[in-house]
Amino acid sequence: MSAPAIETENLTKQYPHGFLNLKKRTSLEGLNMQVERGEVFGFIGPNGAGKSTTIKLLMRLIFPTAGSARILGKPISDIEMHRDIGYLPEQPYFYDYLTAAELLDYFARIHDLPSAARKERVQRMLKKVGLETAGKIQLRKYSKGMLQRVGMAQAILHDPQLVILDEPMSGLDPVGRREVRDIILELKREGKTVMFSTHILSDAEMLCDRVGVIVGGKLRGMGAPEQLVDVKTQGMEILFELAGQSAVPLLAKATRTGDRYRLQVPEAELYGAIEQLRAAGAKILSVTQVKATLEEFFMNLVEADRAQAAGVEVSGK
Amino acid sequence: MKRAGVVAWNTFREAVRDRVLYNLLFFALVMMASSIIAGQISIGIEETVIVTLGLSAISLIGLLIAVFIGVGLVSKEMEKRTLYALLAKPVRRWEFLLGKFGGLVLTLAVNTAAMGLGLFLAWLYVKPSFERGDTTLFIAVYFIWLKLALVVALALLFSCFTTPILAILFTAGIYIVGLYVQELRNLPVEVMSPGMSAFTKGLSYLLPNFENFNIMALAAHSRHVPGAFIAQNTLYAAIYCTIVLTAAILVFSRRNLK
Repeated sequence: MSAPAIETENLTKQYPHGFLNLKKRTSLEGLNMQVERGEVFGFIGPNGAGKSTTIKLLMRLIFPTAGSARILGKPISDIEMHRDIGYLPEQPYFYDYLTAAELLDYFARIHDLPSAARKERVQRMLKKVGLETAGKIQLRKYSKGMLQRVGMAQAILHDPQLVILDEPMSGLDPVGRREVRDIILELKREGKTVMFSTHILSDAEMLCDRVGVIVGGKLRGMGAPEQLVDVKTQGMEILFELAGQSAVPLLAKATRTGDRYRLQVPEAELYGAIEQLRAAGAKILSVTQVKATLEEFFMNLVEADRAQAAGVEVSGK
Repeated sequence: MKRAGVVAWNTFREAVRDRVLYNLLFFALVMMASSIIAGQISIGIEETVIVTLGLSAISLIGLLIAVFIGVGLVSKEMEKRTLYALLAKPVRRWEFLLGKFGGLVLTLAVNTAAMGLGLFLAWLYVKPSFERGDTTLFIAVYFIWLKLALVVALALLFSCFTTPILAILFTAGIYIVGLYVQELRNLPVEVMSPGMSAFTKGLSYLLPNFENFNIMALAAHSRHVPGAFIAQNTLYAAIYCTIVLTAAILVFSRRNLK
């Protein structure tokens, strides 16, 4: 059996701060997680939660205070492993004196791609990210969204097995976001592993096989998006039409828009409510299960974390 | 090592695109003006004036490039975060550092050689005949380049662990002190305590001896320079650069990026 794409063990990062750097601020605390090969894994959390810290640790841009990590079965200190991974930094910035084609050619040389393959690959990547006509313009004239596209192109230029993207959707317009989503799905179809961090939860829900939720430097939940939120089913929603006034007591709890009403009831009370509504002459349009979204799950964690932090502050006074 | 070469070539390209070589135009103007003025104000010593002025200009312009661009080689990449995408690729940090050093040293080689050639042409303009000892001019230009390589290594080392401003100050400070290493060695030891005497002596051997690379007077008077001296200076610069770059690599390899 092949090793997971990414596995971390007690990965911890602390930064010294304060007078003479004597205090320590923990950015990431004992992270244990696995990303399986071939899956799209979303790393979600609010700003400053530790997403970028984790990714930078994996890329060896910063070094862990404790713990270890392996990528594609190799320790992250193994430089050859970097041949098989692609990385898009958060808010990427590249050498602005180069054109997009020159930058990609430079990175292709670093990857030791042969001359003929380099040219073809660069053109293919520019086309893939929608920059084929802008390939000969210096990057200093690029917008933020265009730089993000160049960043995406350099991450997948060398056909890596694992692609790690730090906030790939940020700074993109709806078209750009759609294109990034398509690239991620295409990579998945090709059997590649994709890990991306985001705070845009709808993207994670739409694309990910599994997500990891990180808040305050700690991993707070990991699993399929629907698994994470399933336990939080909030009841049933009935959409119905009812003309004129009626004395049905349930209507007091419903939200009205014209003749249409939305009513949320606990699952056990669903049939009783439908009976009452039918007796009052209502036309039932739909009945749907109300699930907590990933966003609600995420917000609950954030609020719990803030409450805990506030508690520590109060007790510390 | 091949990857260090790719980084070096890109660093050279950056210098060219950022119009660093435009200083050559400035140098050309200095040379043209000095040729005309020297001819008018100095009777019989025009050649000496031109060589001294030209070599000083080559050294000063090179130093400005070596210090300011040398400090920015790594710090600018960290500041703008352009090295994030690069270091995530199969490139080791020492390859990146050597590449940056090599790129600027290559830029300085092109720049110094072009200025040296310009100086030679200006010299030919005022000089009636060409003698064998005149080749010392080219050795003087080569020594300036060796000196600049050493300055780049120092700038790179300081920029790996401190802010750009401090790195500029440290590099400039070491350069200035390095010009007086000989004086440091010749301090009157009889008026110093034994501890102080040992300290200044030790320091004089630890600091780079930049005065060794200055053969301006010999070049101005077309004096012969022995081959052993050229080899000694080349070896000194190579060993000193290796030591400084090793220290820079040790620091940078452990550095957490922002």
